[in-house]
Amino acid sequence: MSLLDVRDLSVVFQRRGERPFTAVDKVSFTVEPGQTVGLVGESGCGKSVTSLAIMGLLPRRGNKVTGEVLFDGADLLKLRPDDMRDRRGRDIGMIFQDPLSSLNPVIPIGIQVAEVLERHRGMDHKAALKEAKELLDAVGIPDPMRRLKEYPHQISGGMRQRALIAIALACKPRLLIADEPTTALDVTIQAQILTLLKQLVDETGTALIMITHDLGVVAGLCDTVNVLYGGKVVERARRHELFGHARHPYTHGLLNSVPRLDSPRGERLHAIPGSVADNIPWAEGCAFAPRCPNVVDACLEGPPPLEPTATGGDLRCNNPVSEEVAVP
Amino acid sequence: MSERSIGLLGERKKARLEELARASADKGGVSLVRDAARRLRRNPVAIVGAIIVGLFVLVAAFAPLIAPHDPVQRFDELTRNLTVDNIPGASSEFPLGSDPLGRDFLSRLIYGSRQTLFVGVLATLIGLAFGVVFGALAGAFGGWIDVILMRLTDVMLALPSLLLAITLVAMASKSSQWTVIFAVAIVNVPIFARLLRGSMLAQRESDHVLAARALGVKERNIVLRHMLPNSLTAVIVQATLTFAVAILDAAALSFLGLGDPDINRAEWGLMLGVDGQRYFEVRPELAYYPALAIIVVALGFTLLGEAMREAIDPKNRR
Repeated sequence: MSLLDVRDLSVVFQRRGERPFTAVDKVSFTVEPGQTVGLVGESGCGKSVTSLAIMGLLPRRGNKVTGEVLFDGADLLKLRPDDMRDRRGRDIGMIFQDPLSSLNPVIPIGIQVAEVLERHRGMDHKAALKEAKELLDAVGIPDPMRRLKEYPHQISGGMRQRALIAIALACKPRLLIADEPTTALDVTIQAQILTLLKQLVDETGTALIMITHDLGVVAGLCDTVNVLYGGKVVERARRHELFGHARHPYTHGLLNSVPRLDSPRGERLHAIPGSVADNIPWAEGCAFAPRCPNVVDACLEGPPPLEPTATGGDLRCNNPVSEEVAVP
Repeated sequence: MSERSIGLLGERKKARLEELARASADKGGVSLVRDAARRLRRNPVAIVGAIIVGLFVLVAAFAPLIAPHDPVQRFDELTRNLTVDNIPGASSEFPLGSDPLGRDFLSRLIYGSRQTLFVGVLATLIGLAFGVVFGALAGAFGGWIDVILMRLTDVMLALPSLLLAITLVAMASKSSQWTVIFAVAIVNVPIFARLLRGSMLAQRESDHVLAARALGVKERNIVLRHMLPNSLTAVIVQATLTFAVAILDAAALSFLGLGDPDINRAEWGLMLGVDGQRYFEVRPELAYYPALAIIVVALGFTLLGEAMREAIDPKNRR
């Protein structure tokens, strides 16, 4: 059985007097124990909303979540709020994008790590602080004894993200959701944090959902990648398949737009024309059609279905990039 | 610093290095409070405000030691020549002369600081306490609690604060210093409540509260440990500023004759309103000194409050 099985998850934002907006549209994917799964797409494609829906952290009003999120066979969406609260932090951890604003500015780092341990593992304050020191040590924070007493604004961005990882992994959750964990960091720190995440995930056997728009992150970390566009999965493939033979024109475009060291100087970067705002609703056709180089008539007649591919992935496209065309 | 390079240094330098390393290791965390205090110390406005407030509190605390005479005693030397047209002026024994009842004016001014401090502190604290409770409830729970509390504050804020305070005092069956304290406190409740609710709402949407939710922190702890402490700074600053307003409001109520009816109690607003006004033609100092005292103390708290607002503002942190 999969650790996490998301089935037909939809999130519709509905304000009184406004047209409902479907942010996540029947998304399904699975995460096996110890596996790293990527959710990739550009801003506004529904990556973060998907993660918040899994965690049950969407605001109570103004949205409708349907579908199933089976964690160990139990549907998280049907849990009582109290039971879900007990699971958050203990069974599922989460790391956010901006490490400074995700830490409480008026509480020292050590207390923040200890808080989770006291909450979920019933440790007393002293034991929790001792464990917190070990955890900070484990995520590579130097001089953890001193950092325990320091406030978030006193430590560097990389160290803050390490502290957040320590907090998220404090209770050894079986699933960790990382929502763009490296976006707010500079490149050298990004690499360190990714290496750390990879190492911790390998050591503890924690499954990881990596939400990112950075294909470099995906390349280094993920076993399976789900590419989202306009709230739907448009392509799912194993990492090597995706990088070697991306079939969906959108994925292809994403890969093409990655800057390369061996391209001639002065050559302009490839870009996908238009923006997410140019979507057409999925009900009327393929949301990517207005920006797609491979668009055919069928694309405007109705949403293409998500169909299995020969290589074990899934693809939602009427006119995919041919398998022979490797990514340059 | 590797072992070898230390070896090249002299003994004294080595000791100094170790001392530096120890000092930096002992430093630990710099809390918000310490950080703000450090910035306050560098601000001349804060220094001036702090000096005024400090002197005022000292005078109030040690009034019996500083005052040359008993503030309620009527002295024969002063009453002897006392008429409505002649109030004895300064002499070597009574540096500021007499008040209209033959009491030592300077001593009464000094004792007046106690009353001002008492009323100011209590009115501010009571207003703060109720304001924080209402604001926190409205901000933490939202929904109908929020709607009811905020409409109530709207009603109170719609009335001019002094008018509201006068109404409240007039509603009391018997006026005493407590009616003044409560009237001034109640007038300030909606200001605190509104302010705290605003920052609580901002905190509710903040990343670190979301992160705390993602860790399964209980709702009670999210409010008490994550939202409230991060929202209090604005309220604390407002309390310092409110202190000045409370002093002025209390003085205004006394000035209008709505304060404590006890003629023995030395109170600046009363001294200004009754004695100062009635005998202004005879001895204007009776009005000048209490007015000056009120202005200087209110100014001191305002300066300190403004400086604190600047020091505590997260935008100014490094």
